[in-house]
Amino acid sequence: MAAAKATEVLFQPIFNNNPIALQILGICSALAITTTLQTTITMCLAVIFVLTCSNFFVSLIRTHIPTNVRIIVQMTIITSLVILVDQVLQAYAYEISRQLSVFVGLIITNCIILGRAEAFAMNNSPGMAAADGFGNALGYSVVLLFVGASRELLGSGTLAGAEILHPVAEGGWYAPNGLMLLPPAAFFLIGAFIWLLRAWKPDQVEEPQFRIAPNSRSVEAF
Amino acid sequence: MGLRKFIDERIAPHFHEGGKLQRYYVFYEMFDTMLYSPASTTRAGPHVRDGIDLKRVMITVWFAALPALLVGMYNVGYQANLQITAFGYDPIPGWRTDLVALYTGFDHTSAVANVLHGAVYYVPIFVVTYLAGFLWEGLFAWKRGHEVNEGFFVTGILFTLILPPTIPLWQVFLGISFGVVVGKEVFGGTGKNFLNPALVGRAFLFFAYPAEMTGDTVWTAVDGFSGATPLAMAAAGELDYTAGLTGVAGTSAGVDLTWMHTAFGGIQGSIGETSAVVIALGAAILLITKIASWRIMLGMFLGMFVPAVLFNLVGSDTNPMFAMPWYWHLTLGGFAFGLVYMATDPVSAAMTNTGKWIFGVLIGVLVVLIRVINPAFPEGVMLAILFGNLCAPLIDHFVVQANIRRRMRRKEV
Repeated sequence: MAAAKATEVLFQPIFNNNPIALQILGICSALAITTTLQTTITMCLAVIFVLTCSNFFVSLIRTHIPTNVRIIVQMTIITSLVILVDQVLQAYAYEISRQLSVFVGLIITNCIILGRAEAFAMNNSPGMAAADGFGNALGYSVVLLFVGASRELLGSGTLAGAEILHPVAEGGWYAPNGLMLLPPAAFFLIGAFIWLLRAWKPDQVEEPQFRIAPNSRSVEAF
Repeated sequence: MGLRKFIDERIAPHFHEGGKLQRYYVFYEMFDTMLYSPASTTRAGPHVRDGIDLKRVMITVWFAALPALLVGMYNVGYQANLQITAFGYDPIPGWRTDLVALYTGFDHTSAVANVLHGAVYYVPIFVVTYLAGFLWEGLFAWKRGHEVNEGFFVTGILFTLILPPTIPLWQVFLGISFGVVVGKEVFGGTGKNFLNPALVGRAFLFFAYPAEMTGDTVWTAVDGFSGATPLAMAAAGELDYTAGLTGVAGTSAGVDLTWMHTAFGGIQGSIGETSAVVIALGAAILLITKIASWRIMLGMFLGMFVPAVLFNLVGSDTNPMFAMPWYWHLTLGGFAFGLVYMATDPVSAAMTNTGKWIFGVLIGVLVVLIRVINPAFPEGVMLAILFGNLCAPLIDHFVVQANIRRRMRRKEV
């Protein structure tokens, strides 16, 4: 960890060590705000800002934080940043802020942010910590954008509000898939994303907890 | 040259070791064992000498579902023809209607016309389901290097029977693909799925395309027809349980609906679920051959019976479903079909004997609760069985633990 390169810290979390796909962190917000691409992008930007800054500031004062109360100090920093984001959204993008409702505030409880502060920022220099925060937020954003784009395209036939697939209700050909607008669809899509990612990078496949008996193979029949 | 000899000499060598089509062996094997029982037998170790295997289990369930299929197909045609001849609705334009008009015409008193009109809707659903299923099963078997399992044989026929007749064929394809891939193959294939794949497919369609899966317009295959299923009418308080229903506007106008209709069929609903009597015939086949568990069936029946009677006794002024007697619960909607063919799926149900009782009762109670108390869904059999499937491993775990504790105590005394 000590001699990690900045580029590695920045780009590893995108596909090789993705916070959602490999560590399975922060999926609650991935379910809640990915029905449209617009809210998804806003959420991604908010998390990128909060995670980069929180890692930077936690790292900056890491030698002064008493170990016993470090979680509280980290939370104070994260909370201040989230409130800042919430206020900015309410002031300049009220409509989106209303759609995101409580989920901007719930960034505070996003496991990725506290996890990176605790696991990385407490032991590394501010520059590295900021790079790590930015990289992890990008990894989070990649998954969220995939889920958000798929859900809006299949569920409503639009992308960021622009019509791509002409729906049947307006005389077109595409029947919107209502399931995609329900939270379970995000689970299916995250599962599919993890499936594709692990098919591409087989070293991410976990050791099975127990062996499933194999199905009979054709060679054994002869 | 006989077919067996032809396959062995001309086709098989290409697929066996060294043949140029060796990598497609699973597809060859799938069709070969469909035509002939495999010649290979177990050689080593002691094993049970019994003629029953996965293939025979599956084919028995398939035959048990056949009466429901035939009567369901007839009923689809009967409902459509009845509306056309007796009430002046127009058939849905298209090749199906042309075919029926060409050969038999629309006469609801003619059995041939009814069967043909049903078949033009049912057969395409059937074909699409099996093509999609074999595509996915074959792909996964090919990638994983095992044989194509027979499980899909049953999943496929059950899936077709729980769809409304007017469902678009591309939705059939999507539904069964989702059911097979997400409901079964991602968990390891036949025997390793914890949910019933046919119900997973239907649940996918139910939530994704509610307009084509539920509502008043999907159950009868004529143009612009709108008629609620008996369950929806019961929820709206239009059903008189002693006299039945006579001529309620907006339903099968002017057609009587008594309990005998719901028992023998001739009502609207998904293709295979309408006739409780032929489903009972399927139940008899499954029980005699001991393929389905009588504990699950009886448990689910009792689970429905007790709360239904309780609701009757409690009564309600605002909710007409409280008054529905247990024998109406049994024959209406998908209860009988789910009881016989879906809940008894040996893979996704509980495995232990005590567990099967709990599993059945849980589903039965849930069905009545969803039907009577939950205003969002008039029918709850599909959701109740899926919920039961989810709980089955947990139920088994506690049954096994309780058994271990009991034996530990016995040892101490």
